[in-house]
Amino acid sequence: MAVDLAERAKLGSSLWTDTRFRGLLLQALTIGLAGTFLAFIVSNTAHNLEERGIASGFGFLWVQAGYQLENTLITFEPTDTHFRAFIAGLLNTLLVSAVGIVLATIVGFILGVLRLTPNWLLSKAVYCYIEVVRNIPLLLQIYFWYAVMISLPQVRNAIDLGIGAYISNRGLQAPAPILESGFSIVPIALLLAVVGAMAVSRWAHRRQEATGQVFPAFWVNLALIVLLPVIAYFAAGRPMSFDVPALGNFGFRGGFTITPEFVALLLALSLYTAAFIAEIVRAGILAISHGQTEAAFALGIKPRWTMRLIIIPQALRVIVPPLTSQYLNLTKNSSLGVAIGYAELVATLSGITLNQTGQAVECIAITMAVYLTISLTISLVMNLYNRRIALVER
Amino acid sequence: MKLTKIFVAAAAVTALTAGTAAAQSTLENVKSKGQLQCGVSTGLAGFSQANDQGEWEGFDVDYCRAVAAAIFGDPMKVAFTPTTAKERFTALQSGEIDILSRNTTWTLTRDVQLGFEFLGVSYYDGQGFMIRKDMGIDSAKQLDGASVCIQTGTTTELNLADYFRTNDMSFEPVTVDTSDQAREAYEAGRCDVYTTDASGLAAQRSSMADPSAHKILPEIISKEPLGPLVRHGDANWGDIGRWVLNAMITAEELGVNSGNVDDLKENAENPEVRRLLGTEGEMGAQLGLPNDFAYNVIKQVGNYAEVFERNIGVETPLGLERGLNAQWKDGGILYSPPYR
Repeated sequence: MAVDLAERAKLGSSLWTDTRFRGLLLQALTIGLAGTFLAFIVSNTAHNLEERGIASGFGFLWVQAGYQLENTLITFEPTDTHFRAFIAGLLNTLLVSAVGIVLATIVGFILGVLRLTPNWLLSKAVYCYIEVVRNIPLLLQIYFWYAVMISLPQVRNAIDLGIGAYISNRGLQAPAPILESGFSIVPIALLLAVVGAMAVSRWAHRRQEATGQVFPAFWVNLALIVLLPVIAYFAAGRPMSFDVPALGNFGFRGGFTITPEFVALLLALSLYTAAFIAEIVRAGILAISHGQTEAAFALGIKPRWTMRLIIIPQALRVIVPPLTSQYLNLTKNSSLGVAIGYAELVATLSGITLNQTGQAVECIAITMAVYLTISLTISLVMNLYNRRIALVER
Repeated sequence: MKLTKIFVAAAAVTALTAGTAAAQSTLENVKSKGQLQCGVSTGLAGFSQANDQGEWEGFDVDYCRAVAAAIFGDPMKVAFTPTTAKERFTALQSGEIDILSRNTTWTLTRDVQLGFEFLGVSYYDGQGFMIRKDMGIDSAKQLDGASVCIQTGTTTELNLADYFRTNDMSFEPVTVDTSDQAREAYEAGRCDVYTTDASGLAAQRSSMADPSAHKILPEIISKEPLGPLVRHGDANWGDIGRWVLNAMITAEELGVNSGNVDDLKENAENPEVRRLLGTEGEMGAQLGLPNDFAYNVIKQVGNYAEVFERNIGVETPLGLERGLNAQWKDGGILYSPPYR
């Protein structure tokens, strides 16, 4: 480099004509400007907040919240702190996102595959569904499902499902299991069954490779996983009872509740995202050359197996990266739950807490940081998965 | 959606440079804009609601009009910004609005921690409960286990938790964003009870499909002094708002109303009436307003009683009695410091 520069100097050219140097200089300038701007924003905000007499800092998180939240994963009383309200909201966000992602993936894959069936009616029906759902704003769909939930029968005329569970416009009230001593044998049995199932799968796979004989591992494993815990449960003398909801003066008491707000948000999020996932799955499958299918058929592989063993594994490489974006979208969109009063992060920390304490900047900053963290985590996991299924090149 | 609004407001705090905030007083700022930016609710019958011509009207709206009349001599020079309970404080803090007149309860936290200055009490209220008549409930003490619709970001939310806790009862909160959503959820049967300030309950009941099917329980579980408020940091602006409110209360006390104010301005002999209407003393000038600002307020908007009866009084669908809000001489607690 030094020689290079010296030579250039001799030739009478300045540093400015050196593309590499110029590039570095411009990048440094850009970083400097962005940094200055950021520093200005931060100091200016702090200054203005101080001037308006608004207290800043995160001390408010440890102050008693004073309000009540219902249907949270952790118990929350008015005497708990704002921090606990934040955690309760966060868990609700994670709950609706996680269930939503699973549901959206299942529905999306089914729709995507159906979209490609030779059955004209089915394929067009799915096509219509996808076009309608993905072209209506999500917020409207949330309101729609909420309106549907609210139009269910009132609590006094609740639909009796016959097993101690009831559906009304206050949600689904179902018996809550109460675990008694001795119940711990059931999860242990389940764990053993899962370990056993894994061993069976491995053995079946090895046997098939060695002898070509197929062992019905799926059915055996299913039986193992279902039967073993059930046997353990009865063997231990049924150590579980149910807290059955009963109609009191005001609605049902006891049991556990799935609120209409949760169901409305979950349905809207997962059906909306499923429409996008269906298109991604379709694109992924279509990306695999038809020659692959023909080659599989030529080898005498059944159509169902062709899909499972040849097409889907290759299509996943195309599907996973855009699928990741859909998962991120779904998680972020769950913040719209605040519109119908679902107690997620934006409703608790950026809603009630922000309002009761007035710490707008802090609450919004924490909320943004949390969404960023969740999104980056999903990205990371999906990227790891993507790397695992990527084409191994030699 | 809401998040964006809050964020934009928070960003507005950020964007205001330190210089402009200190250089110009709120009064000068309002005068140069040619109108007052007033924050009201998104729609509460009798208090602030847009009528079928799209004009805002109501008890809280009339206070804004009174301030505009005091500054400009024209009650129509107000731009109204509808805010939800959640957005209102950010809107005021960020300077989006000059004054907030939105049935807001005066509390220590809001006064101190949020950096606001309450200008007085325009309506003495308390939190109550509304329930369907056919539920057969007569007292709030019977509400153990009820699900309750509340509007988020209100003192109501905190009072409710306190009340049930002290009475050793449980409840299920159904928290929604606006008072209209709360009413709809209550009417659909999502919750058994709807709680907010008693005046708000009367307002919401008047907009229901069948108002006679609902009743308001006798218990009032909190003190809710409602009033207008401004930001900390401009004492003169606070004084203006405070003395406009006091002018309306004093006018009622002294028997000055929009009908007789012209006559009294010319012929009044009572020195306090003369000071109020600007024919004697320099009351308006001390505030940086025209000396006859209170005359304009009373002439163009009315005194406290006129505003009350026009919007929320017994003759209106809300049918609220004066109660605590009667003049101190008539058994209420409405009491203005003297115009001296």
